[in-house]
Amino acid sequence: MTSATLAGFVGAALVGLGLYGLIASHEPLRKILAFNVIGSGVFLVFGIVARKGASAGLPSDPVPQAMVITGIVVAFAASALAVALVLRLLDETGRVTLSPDAWTKPSGDGAEAE
Amino acid sequence: MSVLQALDIGLGFLVFAVAAWTVFARGAFAATVGYVVYGLLLSLVWIRLFAVDVALTEAAIGSGVTGVLLIGAAARLRGSETAADEKSLSGLPRVFAAGLSLLVAMALAGVVLLFPDEGPSLAPQSMQHLPETGLGNPVTAVLIAYRAFDTMLEKVVLVLAVVGVWSLAADPHWGGAPGEARAERPEPTLAFLAQVLAPLGILVGIHIFWVGADEPGGAFQGGAILAAMWIIVMMARLTEAPSTSAFWLRLALIAGPLVFLIAGVGGAVFAGSFFAYPPGFAKPVILFIEAFMVLSIAVNLPMMVAGPPRREPKR
Repeated sequence: MTSATLAGFVGAALVGLGLYGLIASHEPLRKILAFNVIGSGVFLVFGIVARKGASAGLPSDPVPQAMVITGIVVAFAASALAVALVLRLLDETGRVTLSPDAWTKPSGDGAEAE
Repeated sequence: MSVLQALDIGLGFLVFAVAAWTVFARGAFAATVGYVVYGLLLSLVWIRLFAVDVALTEAAIGSGVTGVLLIGAAARLRGSETAADEKSLSGLPRVFAAGLSLLVAMALAGVVLLFPDEGPSLAPQSMQHLPETGLGNPVTAVLIAYRAFDTMLEKVVLVLAVVGVWSLAADPHWGGAPGEARAERPEPTLAFLAQVLAPLGILVGIHIFWVGADEPGGAFQGGAILAAMWIIVMMARLTEAPSTSAFWLRLALIAGPLVFLIAGVGGAVFAGSFFAYPPGFAKPVILFIEAFMVLSIAVNLPMMVAGPPRREPKR
């Protein structure tokens, strides 16, 4: 198994992990973290496309590399906007959760334990 | 199994384990610290894929600047940690989420196995035209020459993100300055770090931008390092963030995309097509554009980290 294939598997596993975190966590900050984990997993899978396109004396195809660099910067911009929204929510309401129970019931009541 | 292969497998497991930590850790703060480590480890994986430019970007932006942003947010959110039973899904939905994630990961792994050993590649074309750009680093050539429009629009995305962050300001703070005011007596350790690190970091940032024409590096990586230096000095409270209504600040924010766009339109007039560079004169034009891009990145990223204005504007 080449290091490129291995990196591809790691990328696939990261997408799975991040997706779970994105769905399962009710804390917005954790969702942002998980979203970034998905993003870097996708970049990694795309990165092995670059590695497998090695030719013309280059160890790696520069076009996917440039697109990943662009992607990393855009992912940061999206995270910054998301963090600003979360902090504004904190300022407005004093608490930050996306749990459906937390907003429909008076606080302190607790969510149903299933 | 060679030593390098064993290292690859070890690195893969380590990246996975740290990613699992950021997803499953109990506290948000601990998870965020894990994410910074994760970003640095990931840049090692990128080096193993021979993508040094990406590794530099991942370390500087993916791990460094994103880390500062998220740790700052986690610290502010600390007092509002929700009750444990509100933190995540439980019961059957949780099992479904795990199953779905596993399915997606398996499908992606299958796709990875299906990739042909020698994939389609644009590397020959990018090398063939490299002499015309006067550059030595094909990744920089893709970013600034072949896919220039893409990169210009990405700079616009950064400006839009700053506008988005600023527009979350409370009404009385609109036009004011974000972050903390300059401290009367800065924290000595942090001030010392900022005073020692910032001058060196500025040199490193400019160097990485300059060598980016021929070696790994470039406007993104150099600009991100310069941005980090400004963030450190602001965090040490040796200086304060400028007022968001300052004209020079707004000009610096848009200078990169603006110069890029003007050069692109100039290409239509002088070189025959939108975003074409005049033959024999390409490299100076590219470096000129890149210099303003570095400036804009170095101003945009700290403004995003600083967040919306939180102080009333001085009238």
